[in-house]
Amino acid sequence: MSIGTSLPHDAATLHVTGRARYVDDQPLPGNTLHLAFGLSEIARGRILKMDLSKVLDSEGVFGVLTAKDLPYENDTSPAAKDEPLLAETDVYYIGQPIFIVMAKSHLAARKAARKAKIEYGTLVPILTIQEALDADSRFEEGPRIYKKGNASRAISRSKCKLSGSFMIGGQEHFYLEGQAALAIPSEDDEITVHSSTQHPSEIQHKVADALGFGMHQVRVEVRRMGGGFGGKESQANGLAIACAVAAIATDRPCKMRYDRDDDFIITGKRHEFKIDYEVGFDQTGKINGLSFFHYVRCGWSQDLSLPVADRAMLHADNAYNLSHCRIESHRLRTNMQSATAFRGFGGPQGMLGIERVIDHIAHDLGLDSLLVRQRNYYKDAKDINLKDKDMQTTPYGMKVKDFVLNAMTDEIVKTSDYHNRRKEIEDWNINSSVLKRGIALTPVKFGISFTLTHLNQAGALVHLYQDGTVRLNHGGTEMGQGLFQKVAQIAAKSFGLELSLIKITATDTGKVPNTSATAASSGTDLNGMAVKLACHEICDRISQFLAEYYQEKTAIVRFYGGSVHIGKHEITFQNAVQLCYQNRISLSATGFYKTPDIFWDRIKGDGRPFFYFAQGVSVSEVVIDTLTGENRLLRTDLLHDAGASLNPAIDIGQVEGGYAQGVGWLTTEELVWSDAGKLMTHAPSTYKIPVASDRPAIFNVSLWKNENAEETIYRSKAIGEPPFMLGFSAFFALSHAATFSGENYPDLSTPATHERLFWACERVEHGD
Amino acid sequence: MNIRFLLNGETITFEKARPEETLLDRLREDRGLCGTKEGCNEGDCGACTVIVIDENSVKPLNACILLLGQVDGKAVRTVEGVGLGGKMHPVQESIVENHGSQCGFCTPGIVTSLVAAQINDESNHDVALAGNLCRCTGYASIIRAAQTAKKVTSPEWLISDRDTLASHALPSSLEQPKSADDVAALLTKAPQTRLIAGATDIGLWLTKGFRDISPYAFLNQVNDLTNIEETDVDYKIGAMVNIEDLRRWAVTVLPSYAELLRRYASIQIRYAATIGGNIANGSPIGDNPPALIAADARIQLRSGENRRILRLEAFFIEYGKQDLKEGEFLETIIVPKGLSNLRCYKISKRFDQDISAVCGCFNILVHSGMVVSARIAFGGMAGIPKRATHIEGALIGQNWSLATIKSCQQLWDKDFAPLSDMRASSAYRLKSAQNLLQRYYLESTGVACSVLEISA
Repeated sequence: MSIGTSLPHDAATLHVTGRARYVDDQPLPGNTLHLAFGLSEIARGRILKMDLSKVLDSEGVFGVLTAKDLPYENDTSPAAKDEPLLAETDVYYIGQPIFIVMAKSHLAARKAARKAKIEYGTLVPILTIQEALDADSRFEEGPRIYKKGNASRAISRSKCKLSGSFMIGGQEHFYLEGQAALAIPSEDDEITVHSSTQHPSEIQHKVADALGFGMHQVRVEVRRMGGGFGGKESQANGLAIACAVAAIATDRPCKMRYDRDDDFIITGKRHEFKIDYEVGFDQTGKINGLSFFHYVRCGWSQDLSLPVADRAMLHADNAYNLSHCRIESHRLRTNMQSATAFRGFGGPQGMLGIERVIDHIAHDLGLDSLLVRQRNYYKDAKDINLKDKDMQTTPYGMKVKDFVLNAMTDEIVKTSDYHNRRKEIEDWNINSSVLKRGIALTPVKFGISFTLTHLNQAGALVHLYQDGTVRLNHGGTEMGQGLFQKVAQIAAKSFGLELSLIKITATDTGKVPNTSATAASSGTDLNGMAVKLACHEICDRISQFLAEYYQEKTAIVRFYGGSVHIGKHEITFQNAVQLCYQNRISLSATGFYKTPDIFWDRIKGDGRPFFYFAQGVSVSEVVIDTLTGENRLLRTDLLHDAGASLNPAIDIGQVEGGYAQGVGWLTTEELVWSDAGKLMTHAPSTYKIPVASDRPAIFNVSLWKNENAEETIYRSKAIGEPPFMLGFSAFFALSHAATFSGENYPDLSTPATHERLFWACERVEHGD
Repeated sequence: MNIRFLLNGETITFEKARPEETLLDRLREDRGLCGTKEGCNEGDCGACTVIVIDENSVKPLNACILLLGQVDGKAVRTVEGVGLGGKMHPVQESIVENHGSQCGFCTPGIVTSLVAAQINDESNHDVALAGNLCRCTGYASIIRAAQTAKKVTSPEWLISDRDTLASHALPSSLEQPKSADDVAALLTKAPQTRLIAGATDIGLWLTKGFRDISPYAFLNQVNDLTNIEETDVDYKIGAMVNIEDLRRWAVTVLPSYAELLRRYASIQIRYAATIGGNIANGSPIGDNPPALIAADARIQLRSGENRRILRLEAFFIEYGKQDLKEGEFLETIIVPKGLSNLRCYKISKRFDQDISAVCGCFNILVHSGMVVSARIAFGGMAGIPKRATHIEGALIGQNWSLATIKSCQQLWDKDFAPLSDMRASSAYRLKSAQNLLQRYYLESTGVACSVLEISA
């Protein structure tokens, strides 16, 4: 039985032996050119003069391309057409590509790119949120506002009130494989692009526009990425377009990959937020009214910032039923890398806002934050009446029909021994003058579906060959998340075959067209369903034929154990296929799936943007040193809702990895820009993602036994993004530990580096 | 110039190779061995980890900053060459079984690091993998794989590679110094020669700075500077002792220093980097100098046949300027015995494999409740590794108490005016430096101060 089985990643053996090929590992024709971008050295201004003679004279250089040399569209943006591949006159950030060097080697291209002499007329860059607000430098005409009830009245009538403000840092994706693309021109104005991208169709579309081609002249292939995390949803466009343009211009294969420093300096990261809040509540911690202001640092171009900021608003409630809520979101344009998609897509920032509010309320009332959380939770599905017209809704009017966090919380409170440990920690802290421990439990409720409704579609192409083997293709891309294996399991189940008879192949725009990005955690939900539909189409044809062949018209035909069962007849799958072939039955099918029942008006902030909610709950314990702010994770318990998991091992891998990445975002991963707008943390020497010893010494991870209330693929739930937010519990455990330094609220911003924690402890003890 | 080494058991020769090219580029571009990945090109992510074997050692090293000249005459194993008897190595099998790979890009480096750890009997997997970044798994599955993999301490290929090296030693065509005398002679003849020991710093000048490093000489065949000698009063550490060997030595002799060295970069870097290099490059944030200054270490510099000895702190004149004359090189580091009071504290954003924001090292002798002597040195607090002389002066002769420590609070800015940068603010550096002295005191009274020693 392939569904629900913990099978290894489909390429695990290739990974460990070094045989798994990434873009940079493709054998190349000898005349291949290697590209590098020359980058802007200023954050804002105008190019006055550009002297590329030293670049051209540099060893191994074949030529350069500037904006003037681009034959058609000079744009890499996903939608807004505001992101030139190469700067024309104005430059908007340090790291913006200005020219392309083509050379005989990667190293020669990189060396040459540094030799440009460019004179700029400089302007004062807009870098901070305050500077952007002062200059009214923003995307969209003004702030977007979603609301439910009357927040300001509810707050003003409340007995207890609090307000606050905190900063949420960005995050570099740090996919281990940097961005890379390879373009190979072929006869008759066609081009093949190998790209490390989550979005092959967008690469196809952008390359076609850049070349003046139709999309039918461009084929994009993606076998795998060495990590994506959202960083290869739109950020792969520039390299692919550059390679395609250069390949057509020179009639030679062209490859480009970013050196790690270039990758940091050129590409977008997670959006930084400042969140201001005002909340009214009662003495039990029940929230009456809540008002949020989101200030979103978007960088120089729009990229995906609008839907990211929207999703932050859509997750401002996280797991809490708010009667009166108002969210105002400002999308600010600044002179730095254009912030982009990153696991959670704004959701984490929105959710962190309300978790911070809960933490603040609990501190104010002297309550365990867990009680305040539980007091404000939505009701579990089993405790609501689906026919109730006043059913619980989110601030954007969506009914919450599948909430399970009350039960999940009860479970993890028990398995993690939360209450006893919290008591033990409080006692321990009394006798420990320097070190303080802390514990926190945080929930995750994350909406699943692209908020741009039309993206919720997927296609698949399944070929069944006459020897009974299957070749599988779909629109999703593999970036390590195990999508290909899950989809193969679905196909194996459909045909009743062993996995070894199913061949998973590279994503290819020539096979499945018009795909959506593999993003929004939707990969398996959409593509798995499309594959299932394609397989069932073929099975139906086989069934129909065999029922007639065996004169068993009423019998149900079943596929399992490598055989087809027609009433009392059994035939091996291989023979059945052979028979179908000889009787001219088509053994190839496409499958197409679109998520049902979703609709969304992003301007009004109303509708059902999500098909369902994925949920999870997390408990972390930490210790901090109040003398230095140094801290460690001591124990973590995670309980995550993957619905009926298709592959528990892969899902647990996503939960563990998502948690670690979330903790990294909130603790050690700090992006620092200079006053001139230069990113100072542009390599792993200065930007610190978690290492092995940062994982909690005790780490208990399990999946919640559940079935998706909605009809998803075998009732499973999406798993890519939701576990990222499980990392919140570490952050709030740190905040809890800091409270033992004195009376004041720690008022922690993120990332909670050792330094920020140190100042938080000082604040708790001495006030501001 | 020909460079010759054993690559996955096969003798290969790079003809007309440039010794300062990286092994990684040549493996991938010339040999088609694309299992070894480039993740950062600066020795911080470990995706390019290969195993380098000679008669004495088996080292996991970062191929991205490992120069061809450094592997001349040695044996190299990449991920493609670690299997056993035509099958996968147990580490590889275990990673598959334990779901220890997701995107797979870091995996070859994880494999080579763990294979080397088994051979070197490094059973602490957090230590073995501190130099291997993984962005997907959160490491739990990798550690499970490491823990359950069957152990192979002398794989068949290690034996055969060593046999090959021993039976027909690969004649090197690179003229490299073989002894300290050779180095002295070379520098007398060509004083501008840049000495390359581990290339963990110079590697970046090449991969990121595109600098021309000529003229240069590799020191990795110098074999009389790699020992630690014990006398009645001190230890004499050869300048070419690598940091990992130094750490292993320090575990029993100077445990606090050993713990500092455990957090010095990663095992890959520690096997390449040398104590001499860490001092001679004059970095204000190298971790050895503050510890050694607090220990009152001296260094022996050599020029031709002339040698001079100076206190380590005197070597650092100002940022980027050391007391190293033309034609002179660092030969020996002399560390006195009797350092039971030495404590080394490192503050960095991440515990493992990070550069210090502040590295504070304390060596305070207390007798009958009075401070008799004090040597306190910091990294990250000035343009050079620097002693806290005002604080030392204020402590000596006083009661060893919190009150004394608090009473010298206003003296700190006489000693230090640290910078703000991406690692920490000036104010935090100053405050945490003060608090490290407090930590030193509290620890001496038995108060728990280390978060690394707490468990849930």
